[in-house]
Amino acid sequence: MADVNNSTGSTTAGSIEVGTSGAGEKLAGPGTGRASVQQPIDARVTVKPSYDVNDFPVPTGREEDWRFTPLHRLAGLHDGTAAANASGVDKVELGLPDGVTAEQVGRDDDRLGKAGKPVDRVAAQAYSSFEQALVVTVPKETVLTEPVKIDVHGEGGTRFAHVVIDVKPFAEAVVVINHTGTGTRAANVELLVGDGAKLTFVSVQDWDRDAVHIAQQTALVGRDASLKSVVVTFGGDVVRIHPRVTYAAPGGEADLFGLYFADAGQHLEHRLVIDHDTPHCRSNVVYKGALQGKDAHAVWVGDVLIRAAAEGTDTYEHNRNLVLTDGARVDSIPNLEIETGEIVGAGHASATGRFDDEQLFYLQARGIPAEEARRLVVRGFFAELVQQIGVAEIQDHLLEKIEAELEANV
Amino acid sequence: MATLEIRDLHVSVEAENGPREILRGVDLTVKQGETHAIMGPNGSGKSTLAYSLAGHPKYTVTSGSVLLDGENVLDMTVDERARAGVFLAMQYPVEVPGVSVSNFLRTAATAVRGEAPKLRLWVKEVKEAMAALHMDPAFAERNVNEGFSGGEKKRHEILQLELLKPKIAILDETDSGLDVDALRQVSEGINRVASSGEVGTLLVTHYTRILKYIKPDYVHVFSAGRIVESGGAELADKLENEGYASYVKGGASE
Repeated sequence: MADVNNSTGSTTAGSIEVGTSGAGEKLAGPGTGRASVQQPIDARVTVKPSYDVNDFPVPTGREEDWRFTPLHRLAGLHDGTAAANASGVDKVELGLPDGVTAEQVGRDDDRLGKAGKPVDRVAAQAYSSFEQALVVTVPKETVLTEPVKIDVHGEGGTRFAHVVIDVKPFAEAVVVINHTGTGTRAANVELLVGDGAKLTFVSVQDWDRDAVHIAQQTALVGRDASLKSVVVTFGGDVVRIHPRVTYAAPGGEADLFGLYFADAGQHLEHRLVIDHDTPHCRSNVVYKGALQGKDAHAVWVGDVLIRAAAEGTDTYEHNRNLVLTDGARVDSIPNLEIETGEIVGAGHASATGRFDDEQLFYLQARGIPAEEARRLVVRGFFAELVQQIGVAEIQDHLLEKIEAELEANV
Repeated sequence: MATLEIRDLHVSVEAENGPREILRGVDLTVKQGETHAIMGPNGSGKSTLAYSLAGHPKYTVTSGSVLLDGENVLDMTVDERARAGVFLAMQYPVEVPGVSVSNFLRTAATAVRGEAPKLRLWVKEVKEAMAALHMDPAFAERNVNEGFSGGEKKRHEILQLELLKPKIAILDETDSGLDVDALRQVSEGINRVASSGEVGTLLVTHYTRILKYIKPDYVHVFSAGRIVESGGAELADKLENEGYASYVKGGASE
């Protein structure tokens, strides 16, 4: 498969901007020597982060951060009409290992809003409209051997959600949130990774075909802490997931893995922001997606900012797409903004390849039937990424899901 | 004994201004144990013959027949032809990222043999075949044809020939792009397979160079989409000395 950076039906753009050290916004927050915690300012988003939906104008689709999203398919999440009738119901089942607590709390609970503010209108709408938040706490120095499970089954309607995963210092946990069913959903997920803690957070979007789901997943990574975020999107009509990472102190690590499979007509969008405003932190992004069918659309936008204060940063982001049939579209846009040269490394790569007739012919000419040939290629494409997740139970489940996608659609 | 019978084969491709006929009545019979060299100038249609037999979708058979032991090959899909025993070693094998050579070989062997080879025997079989072709064992863990040199690609094609044991092997310009050592080693591989007597080989080539290593039973000269002369190995000597000039003048050389 030839990697084509600008083939028909796909776009790939990339940019690296290097600013003068110390230029631009005054930086604040831990590690910068300034006291107040200020929100990151995205490279390409002009509206200031806010908890209040009214601080954001209704998007028109011309904004940089909304230009790929089919607004008319969001069931009003972006313009306030969905919020007027938010009577949807989720069936939520929790699997809590010993020592882990889960609480439903009101919006005045002081554990909310610590990881970061909503950065777009839908996230702010979710924050303004949710009724009760779920706070899951893994106590200090608790090392879990079983994953925390949050199964969310949408039973229709519109609903706004807020989830806080609070992993206290030196605790280690795997948290899996699994979305099934249907409905129109907007949510904020806050991931607090305490000093020296390790969190693997897996978010699976296995919705019914007609669901709409927009979520901001905001992580604050503590000193010498490590976060592994795994976002897996198979189902839904429009799914837009926005993982964000900031570092509270030096030594933090974040691996962000993503896997998506877009079928005919589906819009699956993943936007990432990693804000390196703290020295000696590491980030690594690998997102891979396959597409098949008419008007299958995947969007991947990866923004990495390296602030002037973030000396010793090591970051890389990588997006790969495999287009299995005609009629699918990929937009892949890595963006790297660097304000200091005193870093270990920074880079990005994006490639969109096709499973083409020549590959199919080659495999068939070795006796392999067409369907099996396609499966062989897709399995191979995802296998390396799945292995990096490091949680056997989830890896097996994902491989099964990929098989099921292929069975159903190829 | 397996026999491939090609009768009055006409093949066209889609061109800008409608279909263009490339093969214009090919007649050829290849039996198990025989080696036939198909030689001809560029554009004479010899690669088209190779790909048409394998079933490449770009080529449309407009008339004629191809039978393998009486079975109509033209009615079969590409993978059915391979499972029936037709193998095409390609001039430009494509990359298949994400699929390792070992996984690919085992999948292909399972498809062609109709059952998964026993793992222990299989590993040994692959190891020995690779060693015979002077291939590094680490090769098996690389992705199919990804970043392979010209020589590695051809060795990989002949490795598949050895493992899949077809009835009819069509080798399309397997000699192109090989240095002398690689040419010799690849030729030895082809000879090993041929010496079993189980395969009929159709060696498609532009140059006589490979015929120093592989002795054909028959040589056919291809020009303007058909076989214009057939003979024994001595015909290759004539081509070596005189080239194709006497075959192309006056004839269309598409």
